[in-house]
Amino acid sequence: MNSPLPEILPECLAVPSGELLDTVGHLKWESGFDLLLDVTAVDWPGQVPRFEVVYHFYSTSTFRRVRVKVRVEEADPAVDSLVALFGCAHFMERECHDMYGIVFRGNPDLRPILLYEGFVGHPLRKDYPIRAEQPLVRYRK
Amino acid sequence: MDTALPNPIRPAFGPSTEDGAVVVSIGPSHPATHGTIQVIAALDGEKVQRVDVHCGYLHRGFEKECEAHTWHNLIPYVDRLNYCSGLINNFAYCEAVEKLMGVEMTPRCRYLRTLLSEYSRVADHLTCIAASLMELGAMTPFLYLVMIRDYIYEHLAALTGARVTYTYGRIGGLARDLPEGWLARLGEILGQYEMFIARVHGLMDRNRIFIDRTRNIGALTAADAVHWGFTGPILRSTGAPRDLRKDTPYLAYAELDFDVPVGINGDNYDRYYVRMREMDESVYMIRQLMDMLPPGPINVDDRRCTFPDKTLVYSEIESLINHFKLVTDGPKVPAGEVYLAHEAPNGELGFYLVSTGGGTPYKVHVRSPSFVHMGGLPRLLEGYQLADIIPTFGSVNMIGGECDR
Amino acid sequence: MATVPATIPIYPAKPGHTGFEYFSTKKDELVGWARKFSLFPYPFVTACCAMEFMAVSSTPYDTDRFGAALPRFSPRQSDLLMVVGTVTHKQAPILLKVYEQMCEPKWVMAFGACATSGGFYQNYAAVAGIDKIIPVDIYVPGCPPRPETVIDAIMKLQERIANDHHPILTGDF
Repeated sequence: MNSPLPEILPECLAVPSGELLDTVGHLKWESGFDLLLDVTAVDWPGQVPRFEVVYHFYSTSTFRRVRVKVRVEEADPAVDSLVALFGCAHFMERECHDMYGIVFRGNPDLRPILLYEGFVGHPLRKDYPIRAEQPLVRYRK
Repeated sequence: MDTALPNPIRPAFGPSTEDGAVVVSIGPSHPATHGTIQVIAALDGEKVQRVDVHCGYLHRGFEKECEAHTWHNLIPYVDRLNYCSGLINNFAYCEAVEKLMGVEMTPRCRYLRTLLSEYSRVADHLTCIAASLMELGAMTPFLYLVMIRDYIYEHLAALTGARVTYTYGRIGGLARDLPEGWLARLGEILGQYEMFIARVHGLMDRNRIFIDRTRNIGALTAADAVHWGFTGPILRSTGAPRDLRKDTPYLAYAELDFDVPVGINGDNYDRYYVRMREMDESVYMIRQLMDMLPPGPINVDDRRCTFPDKTLVYSEIESLINHFKLVTDGPKVPAGEVYLAHEAPNGELGFYLVSTGGGTPYKVHVRSPSFVHMGGLPRLLEGYQLADIIPTFGSVNMIGGECDR
Repeated sequence: MATVPATIPIYPAKPGHTGFEYFSTKKDELVGWARKFSLFPYPFVTACCAMEFMAVSSTPYDTDRFGAALPRFSPRQSDLLMVVGTVTHKQAPILLKVYEQMCEPKWVMAFGACATSGGFYQNYAAVAGIDKIIPVDIYVPGCPPRPETVIDAIMKLQERIANDHHPILTGDF
């Protein structure tokens, strides 16, 4: 959406990937949503685009909440990073990258955070089998 | 074993990149990092120049595990997030599912959930303060506070059956009602709590050593705290009176009279004191709730989520089928999504649930306060000394189960 | 027809040590008694079982009565490795490193359901029981175990230590 955001925000905003930074900037500076609560993603394997990156914001002055969603393709799951606007985005985006494989352009540090070096794959994707263990230490017997 | 063990992490810096600084790895098996955090610190003498925090050593696959269970069956997993205050996790999750289903809890359930949430908050703050004081060398307050916590655990075991991980919340209500004499014992425990807390205040509040070790250490401004995502006692210790129980009241908080304690500097001492005052406010709230509990059923009478009475299950075929379907397929939650947050002892604990209309969730995501606080931890540690890492870390109250899920 | 040997040894005879078994047993009893009442635990704490570990170390379930109170947070100084809580694949190399750094004699207690068998975390992240990585002497069930269970486990372990063979000078004695 190119026009300024409506005054009474709906609970959930669907934003195209290119407009994410502008929308979030507007939310932070004009609408007062100064607390980034959460960055996560949902995997819809049957749909195109496959992933839906979900952001939750909270305003510490008006106590309102808003959800922002961005759809990204499976072939190029990249979205702009919010680290310039919110410091807490660093860790949250790392976790989202770890679990789903979403690449956050602009995040300087996308090392595995909940998983470990040498883990192949992204466990929260629907095609990752739940019991597929990748042990680091050789088992005894 | 002569083969070197693999390193599960990739540190952001090493000795070669920090021009002569000593790089020390604190954790991940360390008494004061509460189990499972690794803090790699580059030191210039005793001063911490740069810090790299590694979590994930307790990542147990909660979210993936939830997708393989029914909405009911995953309540034990939810318990083990912030295991110091297990009931709050239960109630936050159950309320999120109830919101998705459009089920409203009964009045007695609402008040009882509020009472037990505050009770859990007391237990969590007791654990946090006891552990952080012990790490500073004060064994006596640790033993006092853990004794009260033990009374609370035994008392909750009389109600729920377990001491630490309760699995007491149910979608649509609670597992069972209060037994006889539970409220009388609650009054006794609150009296003993007040006696012991007075002793801890006397030992710690104006203690020269404690003040020297915690005043102006790990200080934060309110704007910085919000930028880095801090909520809960850490945000309140910076002076911002943000509390979900007051700002957007849920459960029965709108009817209770309580204050929101705030700090001045946002340092370790303020966080300790905010937690101590919050426990007093919680005890005051529990006393009010003990008088306010209405009689009535605790489970909403809705066959979509509440299990029918056992005598009916054994005599009527409809109840039998209902029970069977609820157990095997799980309660059918209509398609949609919800984000619901409660004020957990650490901050804002949020559940983001996505349902596609079945008995098992499509996605369960926890917005855990500890994880976000770990992201802001370098801001609290850099510039201070190596020995300050311990009290600062203790005052942030990182709970591994919640941080790594 | 198989031949029956002339003498059937009941104990591998040692040249010149006729009273050996008597002294060895008495020495084992003494060393076993000393070791069982001075266990230095290394609490390898990860998860929720830590709450019960804290409870069992303090009043009223005190482990100090059993001599197992003082936690040594260095593997070099401890002999009982209590693995308290879930061990994930990321944590497994650290657990193995800590176990290898401990000196003999050492015992391992798998505290809780997750350390024993992975608990109810049967997925890509958790190790299904620490005995896949290190040998375990005693398993404590419970999620988390009640403090009485832990004390029972410590007592059973102490019984095992008391009845064990403790070679201190040579490979046999």
